[in-house]
Amino acid sequence: MSNATLDSLRGFAANRWELLVRQFDDLDALRQRLDYQTYILAAAGLVSSLLLGIAHFATHDAIEARRNEDIQVTLEQILPDSLHDNRLVDDVKTIVEPGKTGTSETSVYIARRNGAATGVAFKFIAPGGYSGPIVLMIGMDKDGTVLGVRVVAHAETPGLGDKIERGKSDWILSFGGKSLDNTSPEHFRVKKDGGDFDQFAGATITPRAVVHGVESGLKFFQRHRAELLE
Amino acid sequence: MNEEFRKITRDGLWDNNIVFSQSIGLCPLLAVTGTAVNGLGMGLATTAVMVVCSALVSRGRLLIPPEIRIPIFVVLIAMVVTLVDMLMNAWLHEMHKVLGLFIPLIVTNCAILGRVEAYASRRPVAESTMDGLMMGLGFTLALVVLGATREILGAGTLFANASLLMGESFAWMETVLIDQYRGFLLMALPPGGFLMLGFILAGKKVLDRKLQARSKAVPVSLADTMQLEG
Repeated sequence: MSNATLDSLRGFAANRWELLVRQFDDLDALRQRLDYQTYILAAAGLVSSLLLGIAHFATHDAIEARRNEDIQVTLEQILPDSLHDNRLVDDVKTIVEPGKTGTSETSVYIARRNGAATGVAFKFIAPGGYSGPIVLMIGMDKDGTVLGVRVVAHAETPGLGDKIERGKSDWILSFGGKSLDNTSPEHFRVKKDGGDFDQFAGATITPRAVVHGVESGLKFFQRHRAELLE
Repeated sequence: MNEEFRKITRDGLWDNNIVFSQSIGLCPLLAVTGTAVNGLGMGLATTAVMVVCSALVSRGRLLIPPEIRIPIFVVLIAMVVTLVDMLMNAWLHEMHKVLGLFIPLIVTNCAILGRVEAYASRRPVAESTMDGLMMGLGFTLALVVLGATREILGAGTLFANASLLMGESFAWMETVLIDQYRGFLLMALPPGGFLMLGFILAGKKVLDRKLQARSKAVPVSLADTMQLEG
């Protein structure tokens, strides 16, 4: 492209820009125009999406790192250090299962000592909470005995159902040492239903959902045991 | 000028308080005021969003045609809330873990749209920002008062988990008012919030009437003439 065409292009652009800027001299008249209303709404949408896009890229890595830290903290609580010498967040297997609505993916963290699998931990959803699903993280040894359970996310009633959190009460520790072998399905219930686990005063639905969730977590491990421990 | 700011402050905190006088923004109010600390967190997050939105809209008010102002406001508010959500998740992660659930709720708070529409879209930037701040603080006040009364009646504590929200240095705020309290379920649940809000609104009316009787010549407050639907 020659210098002359470049100059004329630049002149054209400057001319148009000046025209555009002059439009804004009389805002009262501008606001009345129908086409301007379309432009300004489009501009608001464009600027908003641009800002959100930039913020997304700026915060993405930091958010991902925080999320991994959270997982790491929970993992440390449910899989004792003596059981593994690998970095759990890096040793992940993904299990795909057909569910009621499409397939569900579960990321399983494998604990290894000297390369041999000694236990697993995974996050899964216990349905049937009082207000929505409860997200649990469960850790168990290679025989399917529970080492620890933690509630990762829930929306249960504060002051009642939230006693399933470790920070609020010791209830969640009562799963330690339970397995499908030493606890029959009749015992994997809250006491009100004839099982082994306490319910809370004024809240039965929440513990019932967690107990049922832990049982289904153990069954999930049983189904995929060979694949996970190879 | 000073007189104007004093009036904005008075309006925001008491005379025209979003909750106590205008009765808008009740949806997030009832959802989060189970405890005083939750109320405080939600109030402060809402205040931040309100200040930014009011300032933005006031700055661009001459550019926004009245016919399409509402869609533009909605886009702006949604953008600011999402930005706050992402930035907090990345860099104020501990706080985000406590408040994360409530932040998307801010979008549904019609009080923000209400203030932007009723005030910021017609006034200069400084006044609008001040109005956003004071209305936000008034909202925070209402949330904390309602949260505190519900927490005392519902669980017998005050400012429980304050250290989770504001750091260890605020652990002194956590007090147990009634030892061995069995809890009053109704107050922990949303219907209790409705009841308590009713009592507080009635209490404010009584208080205002007493104040009016003491100093006869009080002008009719803006709230009586302007009722926004929420």
